[in-house]
Amino acid sequence: MDLASAKMIGAGLACIALVGAGIGIGNVFSALINSVARNPAAQGQVQPFAFLGFALAEATGLFGLAIAFLILFVF
Amino acid sequence: MAIEIRPLEQFTIERLIPLHIGSVDVSYTNAAFLMTVAVVLITALIMLGTRKRALVPGRWQSLAEMSYEFVADMVETNVGHGGREFFPFVFTLFMFILFANFLGLIPYSYTVTSQIIVTFALAAVVFIGVTIVGIVKHGFHFLRLFVPQGVPAPLLLLLVPIELLSYCIRPFTLSIRLFANMLAGHTMLAIFGGFAASIGLLGIFPLGINILLVALEVLVAALQAYVFAILTCLYLSDAINLH
Repeated sequence: MDLASAKMIGAGLACIALVGAGIGIGNVFSALINSVARNPAAQGQVQPFAFLGFALAEATGLFGLAIAFLILFVF
Repeated sequence: MAIEIRPLEQFTIERLIPLHIGSVDVSYTNAAFLMTVAVVLITALIMLGTRKRALVPGRWQSLAEMSYEFVADMVETNVGHGGREFFPFVFTLFMFILFANFLGLIPYSYTVTSQIIVTFALAAVVFIGVTIVGIVKHGFHFLRLFVPQGVPAPLLLLLVPIELLSYCIRPFTLSIRLFANMLAGHTMLAIFGGFAASIGLLGIFPLGINILLVALEVLVAALQAYVFAILTCLYLSDAINLH
């Protein structure tokens, strides 16, 4: 296998990390909707944590995406 | 037809004013320029906003007051009363990252926070500062942070190294999170921009995606500044209150 095709495969594999980020973000917002539906008064208290959780979950996926970019464009 | 897409070109550092002290390169670069702009803008916002000190705030004053109260609230709820003295530090961090992120969204400008060295320097300052605060406040007692309470002794053998490790990788996770978000976001914008430029009339679809992506990036820019600041608060709270 030559280097160019190996790079493409590697970048594709690195993007699998986004599966986890997708599950995580979905979880965060489903939990937010659940809790707000049960107790609408709590929305103000819960929402900042939901966005914090969203940012943290998204970041883990972006680590994988950053690796894919590094493989494709830097090396 | 194929326009070569070079999405990482936007992150190159250019020397605006070449400057050398001995063998050390201290040139004034485009990154340094954007940092200067961010600092000047923040100073202008706060200085001009609080100049009149009106009882009923105007637009500038309420913007300055809102940012002040937002961060003051965050420090108060996450660190408690002991965190009052660290408010200026958290406020500076938050405003600097927020302005650096937003300035990077202007087309053809430069995103300072997409350089790992910048975010790592910020995170290292937080890490070293928090450790020093903890040691000064609690002395030798600070090591209790790594020993969870109410845990049977055999489990401690496992938990203490984990706690120690998770403490030591904090500067890395903190810096890589901000850096990766900015890098990935701006690279994605450039890639879709390249698609739009290279496929002619059909390019309207990637252009539409790009517009939505810019909206997402605005959200991410504000959110990452918030996350950086709130994690700094949580680390400070660990050092001050020893959870």
